Amino acid sequence: MKKELLKFLLFTTVILIAPVFLGSGYLMNVLVFVGIFTILAVALNLLLGLAGQISLGQAAFFGLGAYISGVLTATHALDPWLSMVIAIVAVGIIAFILGFPILKLKGHYLAMATLGMGIIVYIIFNETIDITGGPSGLSGIPHLSLGGIIFNSDIKNYYLVWFFAVMIILLSVNLTSSRIGRALRAIHDSEVAARIMGVNARLLKVQIFSISGVISALAGSLYAHTVTFISPTSFGFNVSIELLTMVIIGGLGSIYGSFLGAAILTLLPEFFRTFQDYDIIVYGLTLVVITMFMPGGLVRGVPLLFRSLFKKESMPQSNGKSG
Amino acid sequence: MDLFEEILQYVLSGLSTGAIYALIGLGFAIIYNSTSIINFAQGEFVMLGGMLTLFFHVTLFMSLPFSVFLAVLVATAVGVLFERLAISPLKNADPLILVIITIGGSILIRGIAMLLWGKDTYALPMFSGDEPLVLWGATLMPQNLWIFGITLIIIIANRLFFHHSIIGKAMRACSFNRVASSLVGINVKHTVLFSFAISSALGAAAGIIIAPLTMTSYDVGIMLGLKGFCAAIIGGMSGGIGTVAGGLIVGILESLGAGLISSGYKDAIAFIILLLILFLRPQGLFVKGETERV
Repeated sequence: MKKELLKFLLFTTVILIAPVFLGSGYLMNVLVFVGIFTILAVALNLLLGLAGQISLGQAAFFGLGAYISGVLTATHALDPWLSMVIAIVAVGIIAFILGFPILKLKGHYLAMATLGMGIIVYIIFNETIDITGGPSGLSGIPHLSLGGIIFNSDIKNYYLVWFFAVMIILLSVNLTSSRIGRALRAIHDSEVAARIMGVNARLLKVQIFSISGVISALAGSLYAHTVTFISPTSFGFNVSIELLTMVIIGGLGSIYGSFLGAAILTLLPEFFRTFQDYDIIVYGLTLVVITMFMPGGLVRGVPLLFRSLFKKESMPQSNGKSG
Repeated sequence: MDLFEEILQYVLSGLSTGAIYALIGLGFAIIYNSTSIINFAQGEFVMLGGMLTLFFHVTLFMSLPFSVFLAVLVATAVGVLFERLAISPLKNADPLILVIITIGGSILIRGIAMLLWGKDTYALPMFSGDEPLVLWGATLMPQNLWIFGITLIIIIANRLFFHHSIIGKAMRACSFNRVASSLVGINVKHTVLFSFAISSALGAAAGIIIAPLTMTSYDVGIMLGLKGFCAAIIGGMSGGIGTVAGGLIVGILESLGAGLISSGYKDAIAFIILLLILFLRPQGLFVKGETERV
C-alpha cells in the first residue's frame, strides 16, 4: 500500500511541475488531450483489465458525456458545471440500464453487443441534426470557470483536466486494491468460482460497467468544454479501437499503463505528421504484436524483456557447455 | 409508383443485400463452428474481394472472370496466412485475447488496403451491363440476378460440401466435438485452416458480387462484416439455412426501414436487430435448444 501511495505522489508531482519545464506552447495543448485520453483509457481498463469484460463501445459514453454537456450549455445556456453533473448522472443511468442485458453476454458476444451499441449511438449523433447539429458538429460550447478563473488557455485546461485525471487514477488504484477490486479480479479469472464464493457477479459487472461509463462521460464533458466544438467523428468506432489499443499497450489491469498508452498514442501523431495517415495500420499492428508477444503490455513486458536480455548476457557459458 | 410497387422494390433490393449478408454470415458460422472464435476480420475479406477484383480488372487490365478468380484466390491466401500467423499460435487463448487479435488483424488488413489503394471509393463495372429490368413495376439491375444466382450456387455448394464430402463431414464432426474428432483420426488443425480458407473465399465472393452495386473502398468491411455477423446470430451460428434466412431478414428489414422510415437510420436497424437478438434470443431465432452463447 505504501508503495502505491509513493507511486501516486511521484506521478502527481511530475504532472504538477511538468508545465514548468515544457513551457506553455503547443505541447501543453497536446498534454490536455493526453489527460482526457488517460481518463478514458483508465475507465476502459477498469472494465477490461480488472473485470475482464470487453467493451468496443466506450466512445459512446465519451460522446454522450460530451454531447449532453455541449447541448445543455451551448443550446440551453445551462451552467457548465451543472451540465457536467447532469451528463455524468445521465450516462451513469443509461449505462446501468444497458449494463444488465449487455453484460449477460460474454467474450465475443459481449464485444459484438458493445460494438453495436457504439455504432447505434454514433448514428444517433449524426442523425439528430436538430439537437446535435449532425455531421457538421456543435460549436459555441462555453469554457468551464471557477471563481473568476475561466479555463480558456492550454495551461489552465492542463491543470483542469489533469486534476480530474489524477483523481480518477487515485480512485482507480484504490478500487483495484479494495474488496470490490478483488471480487472483480475473481470474476475475471472465473465467474463461476467467484459466484460460488458469494460474489454477486452480475450486479458487480453492471456496476463496473456503469463506473466506466460515468468516468468516460466525465472525460467527454471535459473534452466538450476545453475544445468548445464537438462533432460525431470524435466519438466513432475508431476512437473505441484507439482506447482499446491504449489499454493493451500499457497493459491490462495496469492503471499507470493506461496513462502510458494514452500518452504514446496521443503524442506519436504529433511527432510524426505522416503517422496520421497510417494510424490504423499502427493500431492494428500494435494490437496484434503486443497481444501475441507481450500480453502484459509495456508496463510488465519491458522489464521482463530487459530481464531476459540480461539473462542471455550472463548465459553464454552455459550455452557454450551445451553447444 | 403505388405502395405495392414501392414495397416490392424495397424487398427486391433488400433480398440482394440480404444475400450478401447471408454469405458473410456463413463465413462467420463456419469459423465459429470449427474454432469457437468470432472472426472480427471477416468483413475485411469482403472488402478484399471487391478491391482486388477492381485492382486486377481496372488497374492491370485483366478480364473480369480472371480478375474475380484471382481476387478470391488472393483473399483466401490472406485468410490462410492470418490463421497461420495470428490464430494458430494462440490456440487455447482466452476469448478476450482472440477478440483483440482478430480486431487487430482486421484493422491491419484495412490499413494495408488503405496504403495500397488510398481512401477513394471505386465502382466495379456491372457483370452484364446496366440496362434495368422491370418486374411488376419494380426495377431490377442485371447485377441483382447475378447476386441471386451466385449466392444460390454457393449455398448449394456449401451444403453439398458439408454434408456429402469427407472433408466437410470431418469439419462438422469437429464442430460437435473436437477431442472426439481427433480421436477418430480427423486432423483438427487442418479443419481449422480449412474453415478460414472457406470463409475468406465466401467473404471475398460476397464482396465481389456486391461491389458493382454499392461501390467499394478500403473501409466497407466493417459495416458489411457486422451485418453478416447479425445474419449469423439470427441463424444461431448454424452455418446452414438459418443463417441464410437471417441475412435475408436483415437485408429486407434494412431496406424497408430505409425506404419507409428514414435512410439515415438504415445502418442502425441491423444493429438494433443484433442487440435485440443477443439480449432476447442469443441462441438464434430458429434454434430450439439452449446453446452456450451467454
